[in-house]
Amino acid sequence: MESLYLLVPLSVALVFVIGWVFWRALHGGQFDDLERPAHDILADDDRPKSGTDHVSR
Amino acid sequence: MQVKPGRTGLNTMHAVIACFHCDLPVPAAGAHRARVLGAEREFCCAGCEAVARTIAGAGFERYYETRTAPAERPAETTKSCSIEGNEAALILEHVRCAACLWLIEQVLRRHPGVAHASVNYATQRAQVSWDVQNTSLAAIVESIRAVGYDACPYDPRTQDELERRDRRTALWRLFVAGFGAMQVMMYAFPAYVDDVGPEAAQVMRWASLLITLPVLVFSCAPFFSGALHELRQRRIGLDTPIALGLGFGFAASAWATVAGSGEVYFDSISMLAFLLLGARYLEAAARRRAARALDPLLRFTSEKQIAEGHTIAVAPGERIPADGVVLEGASSADESLLTGESRPVPKRAGDELVGGAVNLEQPLVMRVTRAGADTRAAAIARLAERGAASKPRLVETAERVARHLTWVIVLTAALAGLYFSNPWIAVAVLVVACPCALALAAPIVLTRASGTLLARGVLLTRARALEALDRVTDVVLDKTGTLTTGRISVAKVVPLGTLDKPACLDLARSLEASSRHPVARAFTGAVTVDIESPRNFPGQGIEGRVQGRRVRIGTADFCSELCGLPQPALHDARVFLADEAGWLAAFELADSLRPTAHGFVAGLEAKVHLASGDRPEVVAALARELGIASWEGAMSPEDKYRYIERLQREGRVVAMVGDGLNDAPVLARADVSFAMGSGADAAQLKADVVLMSDSLEGIPQTLHLARRAMRLVRQNIAWAIVYNAIALPLAAVGWIGPWEAALAMGASSLTVLLNALRPLGPEPGWKASTSSFPSRSPSYS
Repeated sequence: MESLYLLVPLSVALVFVIGWVFWRALHGGQFDDLERPAHDILADDDRPKSGTDHVSR
Repeated sequence: MQVKPGRTGLNTMHAVIACFHCDLPVPAAGAHRARVLGAEREFCCAGCEAVARTIAGAGFERYYETRTAPAERPAETTKSCSIEGNEAALILEHVRCAACLWLIEQVLRRHPGVAHASVNYATQRAQVSWDVQNTSLAAIVESIRAVGYDACPYDPRTQDELERRDRRTALWRLFVAGFGAMQVMMYAFPAYVDDVGPEAAQVMRWASLLITLPVLVFSCAPFFSGALHELRQRRIGLDTPIALGLGFGFAASAWATVAGSGEVYFDSISMLAFLLLGARYLEAAARRRAARALDPLLRFTSEKQIAEGHTIAVAPGERIPADGVVLEGASSADESLLTGESRPVPKRAGDELVGGAVNLEQPLVMRVTRAGADTRAAAIARLAERGAASKPRLVETAERVARHLTWVIVLTAALAGLYFSNPWIAVAVLVVACPCALALAAPIVLTRASGTLLARGVLLTRARALEALDRVTDVVLDKTGTLTTGRISVAKVVPLGTLDKPACLDLARSLEASSRHPVARAFTGAVTVDIESPRNFPGQGIEGRVQGRRVRIGTADFCSELCGLPQPALHDARVFLADEAGWLAAFELADSLRPTAHGFVAGLEAKVHLASGDRPEVVAALARELGIASWEGAMSPEDKYRYIERLQREGRVVAMVGDGLNDAPVLARADVSFAMGSGADAAQLKADVVLMSDSLEGIPQTLHLARRAMRLVRQNIAWAIVYNAIALPLAAVGWIGPWEAALAMGASSLTVLLNALRPLGPEPGWKASTSSFPSRSPSYS
């Protein structure tokens, strides 16, 4: 039972740490566009495209 | 915090006086004073005083009575703005409530030289046009600053930046609430299932308190600030009951934690916060998505460097920056931004280009005929913005009921709490009631409906029309041209003389080759016969010489004059061919049906009428072919007007389809009007719905979507009534505890919102123009 006195405060601290991590991700722009990245996988450009606008990666 | 106006004076006992304009503390009482609303008021600075004097001096004191939030302190510096032309969209800053927008609109309208001003509440943008001789944009912006707001010309980048900030904050609030709720639930769980002992329970309570604190202070801030605004305006809105419930619940739980006895509901509070924020996040996302249909149009019109008369080159894959005419090159364009039709339209020299379309294949050189705010895209954007300002009557009623309902909730909570002398009953009542089903869900459905329609090339110029569209029983087409392609062709050749059919046609083609008359287009093809000295007789026909003899093509009278014989008895023929010796042939012409006409008439969920000004025979033939039972020909506009009136007397709800220009009174008589507006004059169209793609499919789509949208609105309103009627009394007699109330209310908000987000119709395929990829990429639909 005594472990509660350590584990509960620890979990509270962990909540704030995870909150901070999410804040970093959010303000790094990770959640700005939740739709386009899903389409990116379909539009994967593995066919050589005609035209000069293609930049090789 | 705010010192009430009227009690503020030099002898006041209050330590801090709030500025009458901006509500900030006044550093030195008596330094800045002005007479507003019949009393001397204190101001914090010269800026606020000047602003208040301007407002009062211009007769706009009503602003101070109706505003729901204090104003922003006026900025000292003046931002420079530059924009050419005489029309601009302005982003308004520091706007807090509807009274602010009213004030700005009044100021703009009274500004000398301003021709037109309108302020949109949803977008917080002002549309202003002015007389260049009398004023300038700088002066107009200055007049907005004079009453304490700021304005800058609409710039998509500024808008994007603001939007991104809002979106991030909302997501962050949602995360904090969700994560907090999860964690608090973990701490609450042992107490529900097992007796963990007083000490361990106390640790859990403190941990819950610690985690609920940021949920309440940060995540729930919008509810509290909203409630504060409502309080200042002395009205009760959606946020007041929620804020009271959350605040009370937290305060009582925190007290129980500190005192070490009593009930705690931290888990319910954070869960409620999470569910409500989730509902609001979805709402904001839906609003943005709907606005996105309009956004490319607005964005595109802010292209400034291009003016009328310029000659510009448009590379393939590029958006055409203004309306114009192709000078060189042959390509195709994707006009889906304007018409909703993603099939490429071929473009060659002389063809018209609409700004906002995407050039697909080859480079084009174009001459600009209209740029900026004059373009068709800009006109459509303005109409769409105006359309969003009106609401169906049902939605207006629902919002009024919601406002009354919030009073009932707060009063019931107070009475029930006092009667049972149990604060938790009051909290449960405050929390369980869900007026947002009435006030939040319907506007989303409307915004989505007009956004979806716009993406399909259907422009709703009055959202109020949705209600009539939903009930439409009869669709009246006002001309045969709406069902036909307008391209005339030869349906039948009747040889009357010695020449056979192909020879007659060859002769007719060769004669008509020199004519520009619409009928001549029926006779297109290679010229095989040599015509000497062709002459055009306007309104009659063409005469020419073939191997020395005179030949005429045209009306029966015109030809009978030449051959000297009475005209043959052929009723359906409209064009005749004759030479000096006698009749050669008669031609029957036909306007070919649109390929979709059959499907349109058969598939429409309403009765189709044809009320045309055309000759009765033509109308009859068309009606027979398409299976339209009610038709009438040779109708004057007055006849059409009476026709609609008669239908309406029989209790029918009539939708009229016209061209929107010449038949305005007839369109206005109908319950709802459609205009086939492929022309450039979208802004002049006086119709509720404009079909920008000039195709019939828009009509059944619009009817279907309106029905679906109104059904969703009605479902939500019905749900709100049933839910509140059951939950409110149960909570008031104490049968629903705070945690059940939180769960029910959160689930109800979320249900209503998710219902409002249900698809309104088949989703359009994934279109090239909305993606960042060139249109040659495969389609993903």
